[in-house]
Amino acid sequence: MKPLAWIGVAALAAVPLTGIGNYPLHLIIMCLLWAYVYTSWSIMGRLGLVSLGHGAFLGIGAYTVVMLWNHYGFSPWLGAPLAVLLSLAAALLIGLPCFRFRIVGHYFALVTLALSEVTRLVIVALRDHTGGSLGATPNTALAQGNTWSLDALQFSDKRVWFYVILAFWLAGLWIWARLDRSMTRLALDAITHEEDAAASVGINVTRSKLFVTLVSAGMTSVGGVLYAQYQLYINPETVSGIGISLQMVFGAIAGGMFVMLGPTVGAVFTLLLQEGLRLALGDAFKQFPALDLAIYGLMLVLFIIYMPKGILGAALEWRARRRATPAAAPG
Amino acid sequence: MLAVSNLSAGYGSFQALFGVSLEVRAGESVAVLGPNGAGKTTLLRAISKLIDASAGEITMEGARLNEVPAHEVIGRGIAHVPENRRLFPRLTVEENLRMGAFSSRKKFPERLKFVYGLFPRMEERCGQLAGTLSGGEQQMCAIARALMSGPKLLLLDEPSAGLAPVVVQSIFALVKRICAEGFTVLIVEQNVQQVLKVVDRAYLLETGRIKSSGDAAALAASSELKRAYLGL
Amino acid sequence: MEIFDIFLLEAVVNGILLGGLLALLSLGLNLIFGVIDVVWICYAELIMIGMYAVFMLHTQQGWPLLAAMPAGIAIVAALGAALHQFVIRPVLAAEPINQLLVTGGMLFLLQAAATLAFGIDFRNLGVRMQPILVGEMSISAPRVIAFVAALAGVGATWLLLSRTFIGTAIRAISQDRAIMPLMGVNPDRVFVITSALGGALAGLGACLLVLQYDIHPAIGLSFGPITFLICVLGGLGNLLGGLVAAFIFAQFISVGGFFFHLEWGYVIAFAFFIAVMFWRPQGILGGK
Repeated sequence: MKPLAWIGVAALAAVPLTGIGNYPLHLIIMCLLWAYVYTSWSIMGRLGLVSLGHGAFLGIGAYTVVMLWNHYGFSPWLGAPLAVLLSLAAALLIGLPCFRFRIVGHYFALVTLALSEVTRLVIVALRDHTGGSLGATPNTALAQGNTWSLDALQFSDKRVWFYVILAFWLAGLWIWARLDRSMTRLALDAITHEEDAAASVGINVTRSKLFVTLVSAGMTSVGGVLYAQYQLYINPETVSGIGISLQMVFGAIAGGMFVMLGPTVGAVFTLLLQEGLRLALGDAFKQFPALDLAIYGLMLVLFIIYMPKGILGAALEWRARRRATPAAAPG
Repeated sequence: MLAVSNLSAGYGSFQALFGVSLEVRAGESVAVLGPNGAGKTTLLRAISKLIDASAGEITMEGARLNEVPAHEVIGRGIAHVPENRRLFPRLTVEENLRMGAFSSRKKFPERLKFVYGLFPRMEERCGQLAGTLSGGEQQMCAIARALMSGPKLLLLDEPSAGLAPVVVQSIFALVKRICAEGFTVLIVEQNVQQVLKVVDRAYLLETGRIKSSGDAAALAASSELKRAYLGL
Repeated sequence: MEIFDIFLLEAVVNGILLGGLLALLSLGLNLIFGVIDVVWICYAELIMIGMYAVFMLHTQQGWPLLAAMPAGIAIVAALGAALHQFVIRPVLAAEPINQLLVTGGMLFLLQAAATLAFGIDFRNLGVRMQPILVGEMSISAPRVIAFVAALAGVGATWLLLSRTFIGTAIRAISQDRAIMPLMGVNPDRVFVITSALGGALAGLGACLLVLQYDIHPAIGLSFGPITFLICVLGGLGNLLGGLVAAFIFAQFISVGGFFFHLEWGYVIAFAFFIAVMFWRPQGILGGK
């Protein structure tokens, strides 16, 4: 498996060198970016810590960096760590009371959902600085024919962004795998299902949950920074609030949140779905702007009822069963 | 009245009953005795259809019960006082009784009068939350709740469990009164000595199989019972 | 009185009126959670559908409001029952998370369906009423109507739950689901009835909101999250706690919105919520 993974990464890294057009490259970049964000979400989600509020961290990341740059001239190199710190503070504020008093499940989901909405409201309420619902654009540093500015973290060449975001995606997967290995299976299961059992074998449940939450929130916040710097336009609806929060959940679940590449598959799937709908429906799509949302919603419902382990999860399970059956048959 | 023949049942892959057959005739009081894990509770749960039988047949007054959904069993005249009483702790005593009469709402006032006549203590406590009653009162309330449906057959699952010895005495006195009122009773118990004073007949259940059966007085004297349950 | 004080007093009164409405909204959600152990993330979207139903029946079909409103309540009640039957029931035995997310999918779906059916324009019922003057204050009549009707709805629900057999069964099933068949109760049926009741409360809320606010497909987002916070603050499933929390929250929104922008009212309410979470995570009225 290992060499195969390296070959895959190498092939992926070679894509921009093939002279691929700007639009396909853009799609691939968006795939990788959302794959990174969904992976960040599922680090928590697979432990049963279902956050419906990751839009808050994405929004904090995106807006902190852009606001600091636009109003104070702070470079994103300085803005990004501050954005992450701010997200960690928000995660701590929500996570600490929830985990200390063992509030999980429904409570946690509702509280995080409110957090993401409140983040959106704060962005809108600060309309004198943020531009409110109209969104914001980072002041450009690419005047006079400059194609890139390292200080402002702005690059007009998509290939640069491709490699940056590829690196973050790989880092995200690495963190996922690291966490998977560092916590024993017992500890993971214990946190998810049997809190008392976990406590009795000496696992500090509160601290473990908080740690996972902080990692996930920080990573998502970085995703917000990347989104803002790559798209050069942010809007309270697209980086915070319920909509984007649920989209992350949908992506992770559709792909399969219990396997490492599941969220990535989910990102590819949602993007293909969106683009496919756009091509298939053509003009009708423009006429009915909510059609994709309706199909999203319907698919989310169907996935959870019929394929709760997601595409990749179900596929792996199917393969494992198929392998098991012929082996068992002769005996 | 109730006939169980060759009943097998269990939970998932775990089988708890193996071809159990027994019979309860109208007006009779019958006990099923056995140690923990013998399958006594499973037997009652299978009769009231909380779990499905994997084999065998259950009939009530000649009508097959196997295909009847659990919530319609009470309409056939079978009321079940479950293990550990299972009152609704945050409903009042009277509301608990009201739940007992859910399947025959129109008769609620008249049955309530009857049950309060039988258990004046329940009338005194009618507005109290069931969770605040003492253990003996809770058992009384659970039995009263079952009687609210006007059953022909009352299933009692270990009414003496978890109660102080003095209270156990009064609960068995209560069971005796209910039998005297003309209810048919099938009672499951570990407290062999006490229950044999109350019932007419008894079956001995061990690891999911009926080991022996007979007259209460005869069983009380039998060596098999003494060996198995009294350690003699 | 100083002008400022009058406005402040008006804000307090408006807060009380809003509290009644929020109490009604949180009651339906709380009831469903308490009984079925499922949170309808799409609860506010059901209200949105109800608002459209009343609006369409009144303006397009020419029904009088007093006929359109009961019809709207019935439509949302049926929608609630259908939601349970076709969406919640298949995942009732699955992980609690799946039940939550499946209603999250319904949020998308209902919002998008409304956009497809009614467009993204703001619609308004166009009912104009004279404000009610109390001393130097002027209070909006629809708000007073909404307050009175909401309290009546809460009262009727309370009577139903405490006085009727089915109401007792609804309360009983949340305490011990497993033995309900022994009472002759079909739990599935109680769940559907509870869902319809929750839907009816959402429908009533829709009738009262449509008198005061413009309708658009995303309107659910303006009071959905606040309803969730109220339920958590009161202790999920604790009906009385939800009512108390609704009035507290409404004051924060109304008075907070009076001093700052309306959005800040929400933000202040959320900050208060977080503070309470540290202090009493089981909710303000929750026991240990």
